[in-house]
Parts: sequence; structure tokens; C-alpha cells
Amino acid sequence: MQHQVTSFASYGAFRTSTPPPPISPFSGAWRNKTRGIKTETGGTRLPRHAAIVAQLELKPLPYSLDCLEPHMTRQTLELHWGGHHRAHVVRLNNLIAGTDLDGKGLEDILLATYNKGNPLPAFVHAAQVWNHDFFWQSIKPNGGGHPSGKLMELIERDFGSFDTMLENFKQAAVTQFGSGWAWLAYKANKLDVGNAVNPCPSEKDNRLVVLKSPNAINPLIWNYAPLLAVDVWEHAYYLDYENRRADFVSVFVEKLVSWEVVSHRLRIAMEQAAERARKETREDDDEEATRSDAVEMYLDNESDDSETE
Amino acid sequence: MALSLGSTFSLSLASPFSALHGQAAKPPSISSSAAGKIFLNTKSIEKKHLRQFQKATKVLSYYGLTSPPYKLDALEPYISRRTLELHWGSIHRGYVDSLNKQLAKSTLYGCTMEELIKITFNNGNPLPEYNNAAEIWNHDFFWESMQPNGGKLPWGGLLQQIEKDFGSFSNFRDEFVQTVITFFGSGWVWLVFEFPFYAVKTNEKKLSIVKTSNAVCPLVWGDIPIINLDMWEHSYYLDYKDDISKYVNNFMDHLISWHSATGRIVRAEAFVNLGEPKIPVA
Repeated sequence: MQHQVTSFASYGAFRTSTPPPPISPFSGAWRNKTRGIKTETGGTRLPRHAAIVAQLELKPLPYSLDCLEPHMTRQTLELHWGGHHRAHVVRLNNLIAGTDLDGKGLEDILLATYNKGNPLPAFVHAAQVWNHDFFWQSIKPNGGGHPSGKLMELIERDFGSFDTMLENFKQAAVTQFGSGWAWLAYKANKLDVGNAVNPCPSEKDNRLVVLKSPNAINPLIWNYAPLLAVDVWEHAYYLDYENRRADFVSVFVEKLVSWEVVSHRLRIAMEQAAERARKETREDDDEEATRSDAVEMYLDNESDDSETE
Repeated sequence: MALSLGSTFSLSLASPFSALHGQAAKPPSISSSAAGKIFLNTKSIEKKHLRQFQKATKVLSYYGLTSPPYKLDALEPYISRRTLELHWGSIHRGYVDSLNKQLAKSTLYGCTMEELIKITFNNGNPLPEYNNAAEIWNHDFFWESMQPNGGKLPWGGLLQQIEKDFGSFSNFRDEFVQTVITFFGSGWVWLVFEFPFYAVKTNEKKLSIVKTSNAVCPLVWGDIPIINLDMWEHSYYLDYKDDISKYVNNFMDHLISWHSATGRIVRAEAFVNLGEPKIPVA
């Protein structure tokens, strides 16, 4: 998910106590702000500490705040998106300002701060920003219904039926103890073991899976491709459903999910998986080529020896 | 007292057969040889009672739901009645019911709640019963940690101990509030009495503030809890939405029960040997 550089003015209605945004290099105010320092010879140079900071911004929702009523009320969206999500963006920006993560894409920041299981303080904020972006994109007004095409085919292949998949998804969401997320993901990775070779690779090795994760964790860190997520932190449903998480998840899958977005994500995930597989076979071929070269060199040495005699 | 909450003797509000809680699963049996000697009408009365008993107690409870020591609207306006109705009546009760269902099929029987928590925590590899058992204990402890017209300052020995371990009461208060505000995820914030009976350097007992995630309880590593605050969102979301600092400030100023805390720390300091066995009475 790439961040967009958009003006803060569009969020005027929800401006709380966030500081004014830094001057973006894309706005005309930049030139005026970074005045040159006059040098002895009469020229000007930019002050060395002129920091051009590309900050992550809070992506706007793809629908208005009351469009998801009555399944998700305006108040919930105002607090969830305008409060929680925004706070994570602000804190993330504060934590990465001036470090080498500044200016990177959100997924890169996420994977870097996860630090292979020893997360840095910025991880929870990066992950929650990503997770919430993903969540808002996964739902739409008048959502629900059934998926179709490749997505439905894979669901039926990997779960037996659409209803079974929904049952698994709801179970994962309801049994996630504490705060967290439930996911439908496309798993196209293999074990990260040096000599793991699949003798008969087939498309069936890549499958859809349902999983749950605690707090801010998301499946990108396990190299899965997430397709759908539901936020089961209590703040996501407590105002509308009180403690009835199962009801919230049922309404989510029946009335809110945008299966078009999920299908689109699946298409991208399958292309990326195919690309990765092609790259791996090319690397394997290269490796074989270099190994056979080495054998030939050995034979050449023998002939060389005979020449020098 | 606080540490024996949730034990097998607690009265349940849910079932009129509360006296049967904690007893063996089998209903009293009438041996057929004895039955033959009993007058006919007595036998039939006993059998009728037995049948009613069997019909009524379909779910056998091992632990009961204790109720908070105040009415559900007594903590208004800091914690609303609706929050308590859901938090205690639905969520806390749900944990009790789930635990009882799990225990019906397990061998963990006859423990006090603290023992059950330590056993099921399994040194960090918790068994399925852990979450339910620990959350029952944590919530019992939480209701007792609050009272109507609470807050203000502790006194006497507890205040002295706080001033000794934090410098001053306001330092303690600031540290507690800071711990709450920086909390991520679901869990609890505790004031515990550390009892380093394993310490080589010093045997000094001191208070400290700890935070735990989800259902983890400081009993499992041997500390003695004095006060706790529920940081799961369900405990404050209806009343405070995202304003966690108002939640904890109201807790410190108006709800915290220093009476309970004093009782707990007095009991903690009286412990000579934490390995004191507790014999469960079935």
C-alpha cells in the first residue's frame, strides 16, 4: 500500500491536536520556506538542516462515514478511523522521522521494524496503519453476497464450500483471545530451508488459508498474501454490538465484505507468486549452469597440463 | 479475603443449587438394598427429589460467579451500569461458564482458583483452561479493587510502603497513569507486592507496577497483587471511548479501593512462607 501525498485540508473536520504538516516538496510553499543562506560571495545556499520529510498520511476512507450504517455506525468510524488509525499514523511518523526508515514505503517499514521477531517500537504503529488501510478497503456499503471466478474456485478447492470457509473465518475471529485480527490469506511460500525442493511443484501447493493474529501482527511477516481481514479489537465493534463479537463478524461477512476487492487481491497475489516461482527456477537454472562450468574447467586443466609437457 | 476469591465455596447467583458447587459429580445414590427397607412413600419422595435434582443441574459447576461488593449502578458516573452489566453479567459470567464446561472433561479438579491458575499456566505454555481461570480471578480481584466513593489517598502502612518504593504518592500515581496510557493491546495493569523469596542479594519486599497482556496474572510468577485495572477495551469503551487517561484518572481519584489494598498488603506481609499449603475442601 503506497502512501499518497495529499493535502491535510481534506481532513479538516477531524483535525484534533495534530501538529501542522511539514511543508511538502510538492507544494509551492516549499521554495518560500527554505530560504537560502547568503554566502560571502553573494550567492545563496540551502541551509544544511533543511529536512524534506516524506511523511505517511492517513488515507481517506473509500466511502463516507455514514455509508456503512446500520452495520457500522458513523460514531464507530469516526473513532476507529479518525481516532485510532490517525493516532497510529502520527506516532509512526514521529518514530521514524530522521531515521533511515523515513521515506520508505509502508510495507518496507513494517517488515524492517518487525526485525524477524524482535519488533522495534515503531512496528505496532506501522502494522496497525497497514492493517487498518487493508480493513477499510475490504468493506463497502451494500457489501456481502458471494465471490465468483477464481476466488470462488479456490475457496471450494481448499475449504470444500464457501460456507465452510466462512465458518472457519468466523471461528478464527471469535476465538482470537484478546485483541487481534482474523485473515483470509493466499499462502504461496515454501519453507525457508536451504535445500527444500518440491519434486512435483503444482498450483495446488499454493492455497487459501484462514488464520488469526494477535494485536498488530499481520501475515505479511510470514510471507503470506492477505486477501481479507476483520478487526476483532474490541474498539471495532463494542459501540455497535457490545460484546457480541460473533454477531459483528456475521454482519461483516454478510453485509460489508467487498468480494471484488478480495478477488482483485487474489489476482495480484497469484501473479506475484507465479513471478516468484519463475525467478526461482531461473536462479536454479543459473546455479546448474555454473556447476557444470566448474566440471568443464577441471577437464580443461588436464589438457593444459599435457600441452606444457 | 481477596486471595480466596473464586474458590470452591463462592455462592453463585445463577443457580439455586449453590451448595452443591464443588462437590463430586455423581448425584447421591440410593443403594437398592437400602431402598428395599425404606417405607414406600419415603423412597418415592427421595426418588422424586433425585429426579428433580438431576433435571435442574444439567451443567455441574465447579466454580461460581462471585458478584461485585456493590450494586451495578454504584460506580456511576465513572463506570456506567450498562458497562458493568456487560462486563460482569456477560463477559465474567461467560468465563465461569466456559471454565466449568472445560473442567467437566478434564482431570483438573479440586483446586482452589489460585492453584488452578498456576497449574494451567504451565510455566508459560498455558493449557486451554488457563485463560478462563485467570480471567475469572482477575475480574474478581478487579471488582474488589474498586468501591463507590473510592480513590483519594491510602493511609498508614500502605502509604508508607508506597512512599518508600516510589518516592511519593504522586510519583506512584504518575507512573501508574503513564503505564496505562502507553498500554498496547488487551491486558491488565497491576500494583504488586514483589516477594523475592528467591533473591540472593536482598530479601527486600517492595511494591511495583507491572503490566500483563491478555489474561496473564502476576500470581504465576509469585508476586502478590494489590490492585489491578482492566485494560481490555470492553471495560472502558462504552464510557470513555478512546479517552484512556480520563479512565485511569477517574479510577485513581474516585474508584480505587484502598481498603481492599490495605487488607491485601497486610495479608501479604504476614506471609512467612509462600509455600503454605492450601488444602482444598471438596
